[in-house]
Amino acid sequence: MFYRESGQFKSSYAADSAIFTIAQDRVFIAALLALSFVAVPGLASDYLLSGILIPFLILSLAALGLNILTGYAGQLSLGSAAFMAVGAFATYNFMVRLPGMPLLLALLLGGLCAALVGVAFGLPSLRIKGFYLAVATLAAQFFIEWVFTKFGWFSNYSSSGVISAPAMQIFGYPIDTPASKYLLTLSIVAFMALAAKNMARASIGRAWMAVRDMDVAAEVIGIPMLRTKLLAFAISSFYCGVAGALYAFVLLGTVDAQAFDLHRSFQILFMIIIGGVGSILGSFLGAAFIVLLPICLNLIGQVFHGAISTQFLANLEMMLFGGLIIFFLIVEPHGLARLWQITKEKLRVWPFPH
Amino acid sequence: MKQTLIAASLVLATIAGSALAADQFIPIPSYRVGPYASGGAKFYGGMIDYLNYVNMKEGGVGGVKLTYEECETEYKNDRGVECYERLKAKNGGASAFNFMSTGITYAVMDRAEKDQIPLMTMGFGRADAQDGRAFKYTFPLITSYWSQATAKIQFIGQRLGGMDKLRGKKIVNLYHGSAYGKETIPVLDAMATKHGFELKHIEVPAPGTEQQSQWLDIRREQPDFVVLRSWGVMTPAALKSAQRVGYPREQIVSNWWGGSEEDAIAAGDAAKGYIAGSFALDGKQFPLIQDIEKVVYGAGKGNLSDKGYIGTVNYNRGVVSGLLMVEAIRAAQKKYGAKTLTGDQVRWGMENINIDAKRQKALGVSDMFPQVRTSCQNHEGSGYTRFMQWDGKDWKPVSGWIKADTSITQPLIKASVEKYVKEKGITLRNCNAEK
Repeated sequence: MFYRESGQFKSSYAADSAIFTIAQDRVFIAALLALSFVAVPGLASDYLLSGILIPFLILSLAALGLNILTGYAGQLSLGSAAFMAVGAFATYNFMVRLPGMPLLLALLLGGLCAALVGVAFGLPSLRIKGFYLAVATLAAQFFIEWVFTKFGWFSNYSSSGVISAPAMQIFGYPIDTPASKYLLTLSIVAFMALAAKNMARASIGRAWMAVRDMDVAAEVIGIPMLRTKLLAFAISSFYCGVAGALYAFVLLGTVDAQAFDLHRSFQILFMIIIGGVGSILGSFLGAAFIVLLPICLNLIGQVFHGAISTQFLANLEMMLFGGLIIFFLIVEPHGLARLWQITKEKLRVWPFPH
Repeated sequence: MKQTLIAASLVLATIAGSALAADQFIPIPSYRVGPYASGGAKFYGGMIDYLNYVNMKEGGVGGVKLTYEECETEYKNDRGVECYERLKAKNGGASAFNFMSTGITYAVMDRAEKDQIPLMTMGFGRADAQDGRAFKYTFPLITSYWSQATAKIQFIGQRLGGMDKLRGKKIVNLYHGSAYGKETIPVLDAMATKHGFELKHIEVPAPGTEQQSQWLDIRREQPDFVVLRSWGVMTPAALKSAQRVGYPREQIVSNWWGGSEEDAIAAGDAAKGYIAGSFALDGKQFPLIQDIEKVVYGAGKGNLSDKGYIGTVNYNRGVVSGLLMVEAIRAAQKKYGAKTLTGDQVRWGMENINIDAKRQKALGVSDMFPQVRTSCQNHEGSGYTRFMQWDGKDWKPVSGWIKADTSITQPLIKASVEKYVKEKGITLRNCNAEK
């Protein structure tokens, strides 16, 4: 009923290949964008903006990056946090060492540095697959973290190994309030999500999926393995790098290499597993699940403050969180995005399922 | 999904925020789950117990009741930032934060500066933050990592029978392979130049469970002392490896992160004789700790799930943290009056803490921690460290309070602050102009 497509005819090729072919979807997305671009920055509190929404958006972007590599191209990676670190440290060095460097250009260059490093660590993917590749990317995780700690040059010889972001501005407009930081993050994430969606639908995305589903067959039909795989690594690392730079500059302001440790890589991997492997929407849903759910549980827990010991409460939250992860994976092993798709199918025929 | 979650959290945030606003609010960003939960539960337990104690004993500070709210950080940076944002404006505004985590503190430093809320980094954090002219809202109270590193070498000098005996000796700095671990290298290098001992830095890759080859190195080097800059699991692993290669634990000196019961007990009998620094002594011999047990736990309002943890190192550190915060509020009330203070007013109080021997006696904490006197320029306020030795069951003090060698730390702080100021593009405060 809600998703009935009757009466919606596609009369041109453009309409047929649109991202959202159903009018209801278009309305929903337009409303969501209007809400997040106009209503949220005006109405939301500082806490909601800089405590919840900005980290959610940034980690969604990182999950999106990993989803391109793992979900679309089928290359398992445990180095996402390391590529985030490269993005963060590269952006920092561009900004500190080249005075007058515009923020957006520094972000772009930081992302490109991450892409280069990603390609270097993607080279083993040409020979090894699956879990073995995961181990190879694990090397990237440890190596990059070590490099940033070991060589003081990367942190401008800061005594505590910490990089601190200089004041940021775009076209003379300072980025210093939670609302402006949120809008900057949202614009970048929205733009890059759109780009990712289109890449997935274009020939490059089809090549990735062919490689993911069976690389021998893909090679036989003429998909160049080297180019496709390395491009997946490059683009994925670019996304992670930009996410890392945003994490360091927009979210925190000061950061050390340990903020991008193996736990962060796992966190991003769990996001795409729970959200949906090979789905743009899944990256956002997964990030929401991993980032927002523990906070919600903690806030609900506060209601019982005083009645139950805080020690017990804190552990109970962890148990509930773990339980919910298992619950969703049993209900739908393909992730929340698939769950949403099924819901849409059901809504389409509701209330007459037959 | 996204919208409903946001809506749900909005609603909950308003519910949780509806407490009284006429009190002085102290945020408690605790970590009771995660890898460091055992220390965090005791530390924040001690801090909460002290706040409750002040409320029960005196009815708050100057008649203003202390309120608090906990938020679980799990020792993670992003959760810490969320907690900071959640608590900063609640119940009339946060007085000051003490995250007990270097990572989270770094992550919120910029925000705190902007929101004008002081950050207490008691014993940890950036050493250069003791210069209050550049770091207006950060307070590495009592001792910074750098101060402590100089105290370690002075302690070794004491053990050898004089600083001149250090000449020609060999010391190994075994450090955690992280920014934290490397932080003291320049200080130790400067100490080595000054006192003429040979210094060798050996890195243990994080997290520090594997130390076989490092200790074989140490056995070959035969150093007179090993300075341990450890953290978490690295401490017990170091002690066990030392036992395996037969290196005497009496010659291992760690900083305070390696100086709690958790660190020593985990190493079993390998820890016996091992020495660690401390800025707050453990034990129940202090009148304040005894009184907290009597008043707070007597009324069944204690925060610890197990009363047996009263007087442990981490618990006492938490009490000291609460005490310093309350003393800052007291100082600020003298200037601004007995009312709900803003973060900036508490910052003024924190710059005017004066806990001398007399005040310590009145508080029942004589000799528990060094005397603290802060100022606009000096956010550390002390710089003293004391060393304790693990006898297999308890920590026993083996030195007096050792003052930091400021001739070493000051030039380093100055250089570091200059770089920070240049990078951030800020100007130094003029402490003489402020009152």
